[in-house]
Amino acid sequence: MGTHVIKMPDIGEGIAEVELSVWHVKVGDLVVEDQVLADVMTDKAMVDIPSPVHGKVISLGGEPGEVMAVGSILISIEVEGAGNAKDVPAVAAPAKAAPAPAPIAQAKAAPAPSKPAPVVAAQAPVAREADERPLASPAVRKHALDAGIQLRLVQGSGPAGRILHEDLEAFLLQSPAQTKTAANPYAERNDEEQIPVIGMRRKIAQRMQDATRRAAHFSYVEEIDVTALDELRVHLNEKHGAARGKLTLLPFIVRAMVVALRDFPQINARYDDENQVITRLGAVHVGVATQSDVGLMVPVVRHAEARSLWGNAEEIARLATAARSGKASRDELSGSTITLTSLGALGGIVSTPVLNLPEVAIVGVNRIVERPMVIKGQIVIRKMMNLSSSFDHRVVDGMDAAQFIQAIRGLLEQPASLFLE
Amino acid sequence: MPQTLHTTLLIIGGGPGGYVAAIRAGQLGIPTLLVEGQALGGTCLNIGCIPSKALIHVAEQFQQTVHHSQGSQLGIEVDVPTLDIRKSVEWKDGIVDRLTTGVAALLKKHKVQVIHGWAKVVDGKTIDVGDQRIQCEHLLLATGSKSVNLPMLPIGGPIISSTEALAPTRVPKRLVVVGGGYIGLELGIAYRKLGAEVSVVEAQEHILPAYDAELTLPVAESLKQLGIKLYLKHSVTGFENDRLQVRDPNGDTVSLDTDQVLVAVGRKPNTQGWNLEALNLDMNGAAIKIDSHCQTSMRNVWAIGDLSGEPMLAHRAMAQGEMVAELISGKSREFNPAAIPAVCFTDPELVVVGKTPDEAKAAGLDCIVSSFPFAANGRAMTLESKTGFVRVVARRDNHLIVGWQAVGVGVSELSTAFGLSLEMGSRLEDVAGTIHAHPTLGEAVQEAALRALGHALHL
Repeated sequence: MGTHVIKMPDIGEGIAEVELSVWHVKVGDLVVEDQVLADVMTDKAMVDIPSPVHGKVISLGGEPGEVMAVGSILISIEVEGAGNAKDVPAVAAPAKAAPAPAPIAQAKAAPAPSKPAPVVAAQAPVAREADERPLASPAVRKHALDAGIQLRLVQGSGPAGRILHEDLEAFLLQSPAQTKTAANPYAERNDEEQIPVIGMRRKIAQRMQDATRRAAHFSYVEEIDVTALDELRVHLNEKHGAARGKLTLLPFIVRAMVVALRDFPQINARYDDENQVITRLGAVHVGVATQSDVGLMVPVVRHAEARSLWGNAEEIARLATAARSGKASRDELSGSTITLTSLGALGGIVSTPVLNLPEVAIVGVNRIVERPMVIKGQIVIRKMMNLSSSFDHRVVDGMDAAQFIQAIRGLLEQPASLFLE
Repeated sequence: MPQTLHTTLLIIGGGPGGYVAAIRAGQLGIPTLLVEGQALGGTCLNIGCIPSKALIHVAEQFQQTVHHSQGSQLGIEVDVPTLDIRKSVEWKDGIVDRLTTGVAALLKKHKVQVIHGWAKVVDGKTIDVGDQRIQCEHLLLATGSKSVNLPMLPIGGPIISSTEALAPTRVPKRLVVVGGGYIGLELGIAYRKLGAEVSVVEAQEHILPAYDAELTLPVAESLKQLGIKLYLKHSVTGFENDRLQVRDPNGDTVSLDTDQVLVAVGRKPNTQGWNLEALNLDMNGAAIKIDSHCQTSMRNVWAIGDLSGEPMLAHRAMAQGEMVAELISGKSREFNPAAIPAVCFTDPELVVVGKTPDEAKAAGLDCIVSSFPFAANGRAMTLESKTGFVRVVARRDNHLIVGWQAVGVGVSELSTAFGLSLEMGSRLEDVAGTIHAHPTLGEAVQEAALRALGHALHL
């Protein structure tokens, strides 16, 4: 038997620290090659760490949320043969002291139908007195500390209530959600839940805080008649949807931004406020704000100016899927020059988007509603949509911002002009 | 001024706490630097545990031989032996040398940098050794303890501390030991066996005041048999012209003629003389206050061992040192042992692990207390030992063992079984159901458990 040590890999260019997001294995687990051991995160990219070996997990190098140095020990796995860590025999020692829990549980459960198996499915947490010492061997106590479990809460199935390795395993498996019961819906509640701000949430919090602290936000809202645009969209979908894929409104707006930005280079820019430099970019890399299970992500449609309508549509859909499944790469999540944010049907009538620094503009899409509008003295029903956009007033003047949005409005209200060169 | 050294972990003190922390830190890849002013191994290896055990062994061997020369029941006939105490001390020094050299080699193997010199604290991340400045992320204080001195008995000349007592150039004709705790008794008994007339002065009502009377009775009987005079409830008032003045329980002054006086009235945390005050740490009496992670009141400043107070035992310091290294490496750890064994190498030896009957009662536990005498143990008889017993304390409701005590020849080694039993959460049935090898002293352990269950076999 040897120990295979996996170190925190270098995932991004020049990044010295990586945040450990979640473990998919725990100490004692048997893992097979290519099984995902953990997710780690840099900036906004989540990366899987697969196992290169078969073996048993003997120690974890950190807690979820911990920021670990690249090259530090992420996980140690006991493997057949020599392993890659002859120089760290100390790590292997506790594994021998702690017998593999799974085989024991099976062995006990099989021949004794009269006796309940030690792995009880729904184990109620036990409340011991605060000063009452939970009875457990040193190996079990160490395991509990490693797993971040308060032994006080674990039911012991051993003699005199001794907590066994199996009890700990059972406790670890048990989901806290199961312990909640549906009771009187009008019962007074005094429960609290503390959620550590780690991983994605921490990154989002930091970036939002940073953006609102540094940039001088101002928002500008304009109403756009998208009747013609939506007719075009529906028409194109009917005609080409099957072959080229469905179009949403977003690729049209991206197109409008690309065209309008030709006349407003100051808006497709990054403002480096530390060095007091504004970089205007020719390329239009549109960040598309996307909600994923773990939080807000902004995958980037690169070179939107060089893509066709369907090209942008396809890229937006692909990135959204990647971001939602947490598989977007670091490159796909960085480098935008301007951001587009839309909550679709939930878009509301107005919003005040937060800038994605160091960009200087973000375009927000509100929902489309049919409204009675007065056109040439007649009341007509039109499809109306608001654009709520924010700009960094430090470097974008109100006049420029207004003209930029008016240009977009013009393009969207006369959709043919989107494609005139 | 040399360039400032930088390290992750800086340890002040190379005793059992400090050097174990350093080794473990080395294993975990933490850059570690250890500062030691005197000798690696600290009090334990140089002037404590190890040399005292060596001297006790010499004394025991010598006394046995004397015993044989006076007509032994074993049929061994020898002439009256003589003792070359210089050679004995040389032998003891050889052991100490081997062990301290071993510690140095272990530290080197684990890439721990050792700096010899006296550390002075500058702040929580900086210390000076001479003109060498060292900066660290974590500072581990492990400076141990010092013998407590009595103002009326300043060490020097005929008044000695345990340090001098462990390196005698000759055996005094008469020795008075001030202090009837384990250090005083271990050394007093050894000196008695080496040929000195020994008296022990103790202010409390009985010897080994930390333990109950039942447990210490066999030791008291042994002292009587050895001819050691006990002055209980006597307190020292002064020393003049080879006479130690003590006040008896009635308040009258008694003079004890003696050649040497050994002051062994306990130890105190070594907090003076290295500018510890600069850190202004929270204290717990004379010791540094620590939590269950050995953290002091200052972030990333840790304290272990005797410096952090009672029980002042090397094995506690070692366990704390190991834990602190693991904590610094990012592991989740807590100092939460079921028991810390305490052993007195008196004759007979005495072991206490976990709760005594009195402590169990004070903790509100309803307990079964049961003991098994060595008089009924075959192996003890073959060792010419009849005194002593093994005692177990277990909860009445679930038979969980909460404490073990033993007194008798060679019982120090039983501490291993006692400690394991408590840490594993054994019940009486577990120990009673374990086959203990025959013939061994350990059978008394099993029999004590059996007796607690009401069915001892050999009683």
